Amino acid sequence: MNLYYKRRFINGLNLTLSMVAMGFGLFWLAWILWTLVDRGLSIVSVDVFTHMTPPPGSSGGLLNAIAGSIAMTVAGVAIGTPIGILAGTYLAEYGQKGWLSPTTRFINDILLSAPSIVIGLFVYEVYVASTHHFSGWAGSFALALIVIPVVVRTTENMLKLVPNGLREAAFALGAPQWKVISLVTLRASKAGIVTGVLLALSRISGETAPLLFTALNNSFWSADMNAPMANLPVVIFQFAMSPYEDWHKLAWAGALLITFGVLGLNILTRFVFRSKTTLH
Amino acid sequence: MTTLKSGSREKLQAFLDLAFKLVTRFFAFSVLALLAGIIVELFVGAMPAIHAFGWKFFVTTDWDPVNVKFGSVIQVYGTLVTSLIALLIGIPVSFGIALYLTELSPTWLKRPLGIAIELLAGIPSIIYGMWGLFIFAPHLADHFQPWLIDHLGPLPVIGALFQGAPMGIGMLTAGIILGIMIIPFIASVMRDVFEIVPPTLKESAYAVGCTTWEVVWNVVLPYTKIGVVGGVMLGLGRALGETMAVTFVIGNAQNFSISLLDPGSSIASTLANEFNEAFGKVYTASLIELGLIMFVITFIVLALSKILLFQLGKREGEKT
Repeated sequence: MNLYYKRRFINGLNLTLSMVAMGFGLFWLAWILWTLVDRGLSIVSVDVFTHMTPPPGSSGGLLNAIAGSIAMTVAGVAIGTPIGILAGTYLAEYGQKGWLSPTTRFINDILLSAPSIVIGLFVYEVYVASTHHFSGWAGSFALALIVIPVVVRTTENMLKLVPNGLREAAFALGAPQWKVISLVTLRASKAGIVTGVLLALSRISGETAPLLFTALNNSFWSADMNAPMANLPVVIFQFAMSPYEDWHKLAWAGALLITFGVLGLNILTRFVFRSKTTLH
Repeated sequence: MTTLKSGSREKLQAFLDLAFKLVTRFFAFSVLALLAGIIVELFVGAMPAIHAFGWKFFVTTDWDPVNVKFGSVIQVYGTLVTSLIALLIGIPVSFGIALYLTELSPTWLKRPLGIAIELLAGIPSIIYGMWGLFIFAPHLADHFQPWLIDHLGPLPVIGALFQGAPMGIGMLTAGIILGIMIIPFIASVMRDVFEIVPPTLKESAYAVGCTTWEVVWNVVLPYTKIGVVGGVMLGLGRALGETMAVTFVIGNAQNFSISLLDPGSSIASTLANEFNEAFGKVYTASLIELGLIMFVITFIVLALSKILLFQLGKREGEKT
C-alpha cells in the first residue's frame, strides 16, 4: 500500500511538473508579445510608415528601413528559391543512388541550423571585401544562402509525398522524365513548396546577424541595391543599443512590426499547408 | 521523313532529360560547395591570425586590439557557459512540454499548444535581445540575482560562479534567454521521437499497471534516448551560434571572469560588435578565426545530432 501511494505520488508530481513546463514555455511567449504590444503599439502610427529614420532627438519613422528590408527579403527569396527547388528536386527525384544525395541531404540539414552570423562573414569575405563596399545585394545574397537549405528541405519532403503511381502514369503516357518532374510531380507538390518558401520568408525577415556585415545600414532613403541599405533588424539593433529615448521608441515600434509580421507569416504558412512545419 | 522527325524529337527529349538532370544535380552540388566555400573562405580569412598566434590562440585570454594580441579563451568560455546554462533550462522544460503534448494534453488542445510553443522559435532573435535587455535583465537584477548572491555566493566551489554585483546583464542572463530560445527546437524533436514509440509497447506497460510517468520514464525514454540526445544536440547547436539575443544581454566585456553574473562575451557577440569596427589585418583575421572556431564546433554538434536522429530512424525502418 505504501509503495502504491509512493508511485502515485511520483506520477502526480511529475505530471504536474510537465504541466508547469508547458506553462513555463507559454509564459515567455505571452510576456514577450505583451511587452511588444505594450511598448510598441502606441508608437506605431502613420508617421512610422511615411517618414525616414530620424537623427537622435527628432521625430521620424522607419520608412527607409521597412522598404530596405522588403527589398532585400524579396531579392533573397527570389535568388534562393529557384536554387533550393532545383537542388531539392534532384535529391527527391534522382537521389536514390550514389554519394551525392545522402551527403547533400546531410550537409543541407546542418546548414539549416548553422549560425547565421557565419553566413554574414562568408558573404563579407566573398562579396563585400572584393567589391569594397557594403550593399543591398550583399545582404540579399546572405539572406538567399539562408533561404536555400529551408527550400531544399521542404521541396524534397514534399516531392517524396507524391505517390509513385502518379509518376508511373505519366511515364506510361510516354512523357520524358523532365516533363514528368516539372509538369506532374512539382505541380502536385505546389502547396508544399509554397509552404517552404513562406517558411524561408519568415525565417529571414527577422534575421539581423547576416546583415550586419553585408547590407550595413543607411540613415537615408536609398533604392540602390548596390549601396549600403537600411533594414529593419539592423535599425532596431542600432536604435535599441543607443542611449536616445526617441530611438528606443522607434525600435519598439519596429520590433512590434517585425514580430507580428513574422508570426503572422508563420501562422499563414500553417493555413496554406495544414501540417506540422519542420523546425529542424 | 516522319521517322526522321520522331527520331530527332526523341533525341531532343533525351537531351532535355539529361540537361534537366544535370542542372538539378549542379544545384544539389552547389549546396555542398557552399559548405566547402564557407570553411575555405573562413580559413583563408583567418590565415593572418593563424600565422601570428598559432596554437596560442586557443589558450590565451588576451583580447587587445591596441597591442594586436588575441586569444580565444574569453569568447569560447562565454559561448560554452551560456550554451550550458541554456541546456540546463532547455532540456527539462522541453522534456516536460513534449511529455505534456504527447501523453497528457486533451486532443483539441494539442495543436494550438504545439503551435504556441513553435511560435517561440518564430520570434526573431533580436526581439529576444531587446526584451532581455530592457525588460528581463532589470527584473533579474532586482529580484533574482541578489538572492543568488546572498544564498549561493557564500557556498564553497560553486560560490565563485555567483560573485559580483546584480547588474542584470551578464552570462547568466544570456544563458537563460538562450534556454528559452532553444525550448521549441528541443521540444519539437522530443515530441516527434516520442510519437514513434509503438503503441503496443506502451499499452503493455500500462497493462501491467504502470503509471503514466513510469511508462514515459521506463519505456518511452529508453526507446527514444538516441533521438532525445539528437534533439538536445540540435538545441546546443542553435545556442552556440545564436548572435543577436546574446549580443544584447551578455555585456560584451572582453575580460575573463568565472562568475556567471559578470558581463562576458561569446564568439558571436564579439563578431557582431567588433567586426565592422575592426582595424588592421590581424584584428579582422582573429575575428574570422573566432567565426571559424564557432562554425567548426556547431558543425560537429549538429552533425552528431543528425547522425543520432538518423540512427533512430534507421532502427525504426528495420522493424517495419
